[in-house]
Amino acid sequence: MNSGVITVMKPRTFRRHFRESFKNLRRNGWMTFAAVSAVTVTLLLTGIFLVIMLNLNKIGTDIEKDVEVRVHVKLDLTEADKEQLRAQIENLPEVENVEYSSKEQELQNIIKDMGSDFTLFEQSNPLYDVFIVKTARPQDTPDAARKIEQFAQTETAIYGEEKVENLFSFMKTARNVGIVLVAGLLFTAMFLISNTIKITIFARRKEIEIMKLVGATNWFIRWPFLLEGLWIGLLGSIIPVTAVAVGYYYAEQALSAKLAAHFVEFIGYIPLVVPVTVLMLAIAVFIGIWGSFISVRRFLNV
Amino acid sequence: MIDMQGVTKKYPNGVTALSGVDVTIKQGEFVYIVGPSGAGKSTFIKLIYREEKPTGGTVMVGGMNTATLKQRSIPALRRKVGVVFQDFKLLPLLNVYENVAFALEVIEEEPAVIRKRVMEVLDLVGLKHKARMLPTELSGGEQQRIAIARSIVNNPKVVIADEPTGNLDPDTSWDIMRLFETINKRGTTIVMATHNKDIVNKIRRRVIAIENGRIVRDEQRGDYGYEA
Ligand SMILES: Nc1ncnc2c1ncn2[C@@H]1O[C@H](COP(=O)(O)OP(=O)(O)O)[C@@H](O)[C@H]1O
Ligand SMILES: [Mg+2]
Repeated sequence: MNSGVITVMKPRTFRRHFRESFKNLRRNGWMTFAAVSAVTVTLLLTGIFLVIMLNLNKIGTDIEKDVEVRVHVKLDLTEADKEQLRAQIENLPEVENVEYSSKEQELQNIIKDMGSDFTLFEQSNPLYDVFIVKTARPQDTPDAARKIEQFAQTETAIYGEEKVENLFSFMKTARNVGIVLVAGLLFTAMFLISNTIKITIFARRKEIEIMKLVGATNWFIRWPFLLEGLWIGLLGSIIPVTAVAVGYYYAEQALSAKLAAHFVEFIGYIPLVVPVTVLMLAIAVFIGIWGSFISVRRFLNV
Repeated sequence: MIDMQGVTKKYPNGVTALSGVDVTIKQGEFVYIVGPSGAGKSTFIKLIYREEKPTGGTVMVGGMNTATLKQRSIPALRRKVGVVFQDFKLLPLLNVYENVAFALEVIEEEPAVIRKRVMEVLDLVGLKHKARMLPTELSGGEQQRIAIARSIVNNPKVVIADEPTGNLDPDTSWDIMRLFETINKRGTTIVMATHNKDIVNKIRRRVIAIENGRIVRDEQRGDYGYEA
C-alpha cells in the first residue's frame, strides 16, 4: 500500500462536503456577504456591458450590410452624359443595383427628414443629382466607390464609410475600457472570495490539523473550501442573471420599435440572453473556484 | 515496524535536532523516549508520522520510507499511525462520540463501521457513558482518553505519544499509562516521549535516551536515568 489513498467521491462524502461548505458560508456571514456583493456588482456590469457591446456589434453589421455608394453627378451634365455614367456604373462587376435621385428629390428627402426650415433651399438648390449604387457584397463598396470616382462625369463618390467606421472605432474604445473595468472588478471579486476562504481556513485550522493527522486525503480537505467559493460565485450571479433576463425583455420591447425605422434590429431575446447568462455563470463559477483555490493553495498546505 | 538509519534532522533555521540516529522498533514493543528539554524527542516523534522529513538517512514506518514519501501518500501513512499529544487536540464543538467518529468520517469509513468501532474504543477507554458530553465538560484525564480513543479507532499498528501525561496530575497519569499498557497488550506498538520519571522507573520498558540530538542510551527494561 505504497500509493496514495485514491478515492472516487461517494454520495455520502459529497453530501458531507456540501453540508460543510454551507456551514462555512453561514459561519463568516459578513465576509460571505461582501464577497457575494462583489461578485454581484462585477457580473452586473459584465452583463450590461456584454448586452450593449453585442447589440452595437449587431447594429454595426446591419448598417455595414446596408452601405451604399452615393455618386454625386457633376453639375453641368446633359441627360445623355448622365445615361452614359449610369451605363458605366452598371457595367462594373461589383455593382448590383443603381438608382437615380434628382437633386429635387434629394431636397424633398432632406425636408422630410429635417423639417420645413430647409424649404428655403427650393429657391436655389445646392444639391447634386445622385446615383445610389449598391454592391452585391458590402465589402466591395469601397472598391466600387473608388472606380466610380475615376469616371469623368463623377464629382465625388461617397459611401457610409465614416458612419460605420465611427461606430466601430467607438466600439473598440468602449470594449477596451469595458475589458479593463471588468478585469479590475473580477480581480477584486476574486480577492474578496479568496479572503473569505482564508478566514474560513483560519477558523477551521484545528479541524484541518486533525484531518491531516488522521489521514484524510488532500482532496477531502480541499473540497468544502472549493465548494464554498463556488457557492459565493453562484450566489453572486443570481441578481445579475435575473437583471439581464428581465431587463433585456423590456429594453428590447421598448427600443426595437424605434430602431426598426432605421432598418436595424436588436439581437432577439433568446439568442442574446442564453449565451450571456451562460457566460455570466461561467465567470461566476470560475472566480468562485479560482478565488478559493488561491487560498487553499497558500494556507491549507495540502 | 519503525526503522531509522543514520537519521539527521536539521531545521531550516540551522538547528540540528537529531544526528546519527539508528533505531529499530519491532511490532508490539513499548518504547519510552527520554531526555532533557530540547534534546530532540518531539522531532523524533514527528519523523515517525511524517510531520517532518529527515534531512539525512532513512525513516521506514510500516514499510514506507517517509524521506521519499510523496505528499499524496502521506494520508496512507497517517492511517497506520495513531498520534496522541500533550494538549489532546479535541474539537470543542463536537461531543465525545463525534470527536472519535471524526477520525473515521474524514477517511470515508462506512457509517455502520464507524458506529461499531467508535462504541468499541469508547468502551475500551471507559467513556461509553459520557459519549454525548462535550470535551469541556470532562476532566483532563478524560479528555486525554478521548484523544487516545481517537488515535486507535482506525486500528493503527503503532501509537506515538508526545508527553501524553504532561498536563495531567500523577493519579490521572497512572490511569492513562494503564490504558496505554492495555493497548500495547493488544499488539499495538507504543512509542512515547515522556518526562515522567516515576512512570518510566515503575513501568519498566525499553528506554531510548536522547541528548543533544544523539541517542546516548538504549536499554530494554531501562530506567529514567535523570533527576526529575
Ligand atoms: N520547527 C522547528 N524549527 C526550528 N527548530 C526547531 C523546530 N522544532 C524544534 N526545533 C529545535 O530542535 C531542537 C529539538 O527540539 P524538540 O525535538 O522539540 O526537543 P524536545 O521535544 O526533546 O524538547 C530544539 O533546539 C528546538 O529548538
Ligand atoms: Mg517536546
